[in-house]
Amino acid sequence: MANLPSNQTDIELPHPRHPVDAARALAPRRPATWVLSIVTVVVAAQIVNLLLTNPNFEWDVVGQYLNSETVLQGVVMTLFLTVTAMTIGLVLGGVLAVCKLSDSALLRALASSYIWFFRGTPQLVQLIFWFNIGLLVPVLSIGIPFGPTFASIESNTLVTPLLAAIVGLGLHDAAYQAEIYRAGLISVDEGQLEAAQALGMKPVRVFFRIQLPQAMRFIVPPTFNSIIALVKGTSLVSVIGGAELLFSVKEIYSQTYQTVPLLIVASIWYLFITTVLNGVQFFIERHYGRGSSRNGSSSIVARFFDRRAAERNLNRGMES
Amino acid sequence: MTEPILRISGLRKHFSGVEVLKGIDLEVHVGETVAILGSSGSGKSTLLRCVNCLEVASGGSIWVGEELMGYRQESKGSVRRLTESQIAVQRRNVGMVFQNFNLFPHWSVLQNIADGPRSILKLSKADAIERSMTLLTRVGLADRANAYPRQLSGGQQQRVAIARALALEPALLLFDEPTSALDPENVSEVTDVMAALAASGATMLVVTHELGFARAAADRVVFMDGGVILEQGSPAEVFDHSQQPRTREFLRKTLV
Repeated sequence: MANLPSNQTDIELPHPRHPVDAARALAPRRPATWVLSIVTVVVAAQIVNLLLTNPNFEWDVVGQYLNSETVLQGVVMTLFLTVTAMTIGLVLGGVLAVCKLSDSALLRALASSYIWFFRGTPQLVQLIFWFNIGLLVPVLSIGIPFGPTFASIESNTLVTPLLAAIVGLGLHDAAYQAEIYRAGLISVDEGQLEAAQALGMKPVRVFFRIQLPQAMRFIVPPTFNSIIALVKGTSLVSVIGGAELLFSVKEIYSQTYQTVPLLIVASIWYLFITTVLNGVQFFIERHYGRGSSRNGSSSIVARFFDRRAAERNLNRGMES
Repeated sequence: MTEPILRISGLRKHFSGVEVLKGIDLEVHVGETVAILGSSGSGKSTLLRCVNCLEVASGGSIWVGEELMGYRQESKGSVRRLTESQIAVQRRNVGMVFQNFNLFPHWSVLQNIADGPRSILKLSKADAIERSMTLLTRVGLADRANAYPRQLSGGQQQRVAIARALALEPALLLFDEPTSALDPENVSEVTDVMAALAASGATMLVVTHELGFARAAADRVVFMDGGVILEQGSPAEVFDHSQQPRTREFLRKTLV
């Protein structure tokens, strides 16, 4: 008791001199942000200056070849390879993911082995391997296993650079896509599946109507990652003589020696394709974000489309 | 008394060696509301989940009406497990309401309710919507038909979940701790709906910690402990004149 202050009025309470209103608060001082911003602007200005003033870029040559016939043919081949390999990857990847999640130990082992092999060896090695499949299996034939054959063809006749590229890229992509699907499918809450089962939905319906749509929110972003990697991965096909974009510009600069501007031509086209894909991703993500408050997009464009979608949802509510 | 719609006999369930249900015998008659009480770990939720085959029983049998749940009797007297698709057909006669609602977040409230009548009972779209709106009116949420589940409070979501279970007109309704995940202020809106259902003659098996609801709405109260049914009777018998010390201890601790 003796330690207590004898006079209570001696204690100084923290007491604001003026009434405080958070509405009039200033932004916090952030000196580090300012320094970093200035450094960033200076570096960016240097890069732009380099791009515009360095004559070695030869921008006139870039413009000359950007839509030349050879380059456009390469772009079409790159798109074709991307779409076919992606289709194989999306379909076969789905089958592999379902196998890996199935009750059958045999199917699980098969899918795991596939993924182990095709994820574990370099894509370039796989492409060269498929191109040279004739060394391993000289003749391909259709018939009864271990029995008579009905038709056969020489591997080297069948396996063109194009087919080797489609098979090589597609099978490799499927291994990655399978894991993307699986990650999405197992992220769906167990309670969702139980509720669907309790309503008497059969397994196929539970999968396609409840599990997959909810998994899509987790599947779409990494899938586009993988598709964009695939677009660029098609450039590996130039090694086995597939006439895609990189092969086309190589054909030109091996004659004209304008290496830098033609690589820029290729880069511009790759960037164009991946930019379009980014846009597609935005719309697909928004579609599967229904019923979720967090869709991660808050740009002006996103907000414009979100408002349009909200209006549509008012009408869609009555459909089931 | 009417014939039993649910007959559980000798039901046993173990998870990797641990015995959770040690021989349960229970009958529920048409129109009856049975509340299952017991502390956590007593096996009451597992019992409920065995009824519609969300858990596979380790022994014993469960009949819902004429259906042996999860199995088919063969001519030689043997029983064979059904496929998941065949079990799905059996489940259509048993509705279930979960602790965590488990509404489908990518569907609107109306879609959540109307999908069953539409895709499973093959009702026309107009009939499915009409039935859904009637049920939504019954749980007091007709104005939220176009909302998505996460736009609703917990109590509202659970009322939608009840409407969704009712939409298939099941012979038996299972409730697995339907108010345990709710804020205290939202509990009564759900128990009110359940009490109205019980009064309207629905057959209900309810695992709950809401003793007030059990006393007011249940025809029979079952007390489970350690994987067995320790005691059962009318609410008055179990709450006021329990024969078992364990039941009295549970009630004393829960009613504080």
